[in-house]
Amino acid sequence: MLQRDYTTSQLDVLEAEAIHIMREVAAEFERPVLLFSGGKDSIVMLRVAEKAFWPAPIPFPLMHVDTGHNFPEVIEYRDHRVAELGVRLVVASVQDSIDSGRVVEETGRRASRNRLQTTTLLDAIEEHEFDAVFGGARRDEEKARAKERVFSFRDDFGQWDPKNQRPELWNLYNARIRKGEHIRVFPLSNWTELDIWDYIRREKIEIPSIYFSHTRKVFDRDGMLLADCEFVQRREDEPLREAVVRYRTVGDMTCTGAVASRAGTIEEIIAEIAATRITERGATRADDRASEAAMEDRKKEGYF
Amino acid sequence: MDILRFATAGSVDDGKSTLIGRLLYDSKAIFEDQLEAVERTSRDRGTEYTDLSLLTDGLRAEREQGITIDVAYRYFATPRRKFIIADTPGHIQYTRNMVTGASTADLAIVLIDARKGVLEQSRRHAFLTTLLRVPHLVLAVNKMDLVDYSSERFEEIREEFTSFAAKLNAPDLTFIPISALHGDNVVSRSENMPWYNGSSLLHHLENVHIASDRNLVDVRFPVQYVIRPQKATSPELHDYRGYAGQIAGGVLKPGDEVMHLPSGLTTRIAAIDTFNGSVQEAFAPMSVTLRLEDEIDISRGDMICRPNNRPETAQELEAMVCWMSDTARLAPRSKLVIKHTTRTARALVRDLHYRLDVNTLHRDEAAPSLGLNEIGRVSLRVTQPLFVDDYARNRLTGGFILIDEATNGTVGAGMIVEAR
Repeated sequence: MLQRDYTTSQLDVLEAEAIHIMREVAAEFERPVLLFSGGKDSIVMLRVAEKAFWPAPIPFPLMHVDTGHNFPEVIEYRDHRVAELGVRLVVASVQDSIDSGRVVEETGRRASRNRLQTTTLLDAIEEHEFDAVFGGARRDEEKARAKERVFSFRDDFGQWDPKNQRPELWNLYNARIRKGEHIRVFPLSNWTELDIWDYIRREKIEIPSIYFSHTRKVFDRDGMLLADCEFVQRREDEPLREAVVRYRTVGDMTCTGAVASRAGTIEEIIAEIAATRITERGATRADDRASEAAMEDRKKEGYF
Repeated sequence: MDILRFATAGSVDDGKSTLIGRLLYDSKAIFEDQLEAVERTSRDRGTEYTDLSLLTDGLRAEREQGITIDVAYRYFATPRRKFIIADTPGHIQYTRNMVTGASTADLAIVLIDARKGVLEQSRRHAFLTTLLRVPHLVLAVNKMDLVDYSSERFEEIREEFTSFAAKLNAPDLTFIPISALHGDNVVSRSENMPWYNGSSLLHHLENVHIASDRNLVDVRFPVQYVIRPQKATSPELHDYRGYAGQIAGGVLKPGDEVMHLPSGLTTRIAAIDTFNGSVQEAFAPMSVTLRLEDEIDISRGDMICRPNNRPETAQELEAMVCWMSDTARLAPRSKLVIKHTTRTARALVRDLHYRLDVNTLHRDEAAPSLGLNEIGRVSLRVTQPLFVDDYARNRLTGGFILIDEATNGTVGAGMIVEAR
């Protein structure tokens, strides 16, 4: 008999691991929810969820924390995908949090609703009594995330305590919590940006159009290209210009920068990412530039 | 392209961070903005060189104290393989972190300072690696530049370590003389050590054979989740009943005769389903859904195996336990929650046979309890039967975690020994 080669490709290993994690959550928690922003990581996470429970429907709802400062193309994509899958979508609105006085809108030309999202998210988790919250964060994104567990415990204030994390061994995840506490679950922890794109290509997954090269009115700020939109105050010394760009990450319009790019297909995007020398967050996120520990501090408060 | 998961243990003194920094840098996994941030911080702190450990030490407390506290995961890829590094601290007070990092590793790198030779710490790292059954161990003899690239010194260390490793039942053992600082034998073969005929470290990582490390002999399918699309609009799915799980061992094929535990009933595999269609063969670590020919009452926590190759059904367990709680201690009469594969039960510690000194391997049979980072041999009684194998035979059906019922913290990692 010929010796068969049982080598498994990296995408198959990562997918099998993510499916295992999702099934653990569905089996062990009462009320899980999957955070869906319409960004590439949550798109991949949603596809993995579809696979994990097939032919049954996904056994938990999706939640979008809506800053109100979204790219319209992304909202369109979100609604289309939700209808296609027949899942329930919970929208947690930052505007509602502002209107009800839970948070105060930042002012000034660098105002962003990025940080306000944390309160909206935690309020929604409490209101709906979610006990497990899937996020699409990856450990290769940022150095604080490199230390986070797959099952990341949050106390009843929604806080992360990086110095007191539960050890995580083999594929055994500790799902035990008290009422009011919850677990953030990161099924894509071990994926890299390139894995995400390779998977989107392999699975032929549809993605929002802003990931592909297009012409857009932008202006320069802090070495980033920000889109012209009603949510951002532009100074006179920040003139608008037309540029051929695409988005490498999708977040709030106020703090997500575009990159100059002519990549119009998934293959071209993969070639571009494989050659780049700048991380995706370094290239495109104003929110991470605040300080060396910007992400760690936000995560401790309960951020994604 | 496949994945190699490897763990590194050591402290900054051993050159561990320098080594990881070099692997990441030379494989272009460090980006310009990350390097600039590290250079800026190094300058601000008055460090003369670019401190690559700042890349791996992700938490504020770690940067402030200049030490690695927790396991950090790092990623890089070459055209041959994707690599996941579990970068773990080396000091004895972080033994639990090293155990955690080693639990999923295919390979471990233990760093030895060529000037200092085999230290207590090196022996401890090697012991933990073998306790966790990491299949491949690399002894990277670092700082060869500081011993004039001496082959005699390298041979001395190799001999000393080999005689120690014989006691450990160490797996595949490879010695590589390197200088992480200068890059000798890290990515490419060094011209400074013409006497060394082996692979560079990266070449070894790219080529070490890991596909057969998985258990492909003993069929083990812990049932994780039952899929019943009752509300499905398509009537043909009305009676669909699939058993979802991740294969922990063996190769499964449609038509195979299988046994369900705990019932002991046998049936055949009707189909192996995935989202992309049914498959003709499935093996670890695939996540699949099995359909069976006969209706048997099966739920989460049950096991599917072959009738002539079954795990042991056990309520009395013998195990090596690494204790991880910084508040409670493990002692006879301790009651804990045990999670093994997809089954959770309660466990009572019946006996602590000995505590193992991880530096000397001395067994202290008088020890009354285990504290943080201590390892010992215990007997457990479990409230419901578990379907177990020797950890040495299968890490997924031989490993378990212990959870404190009061705090819900994960307080112990166990490895089953002497399962029949």
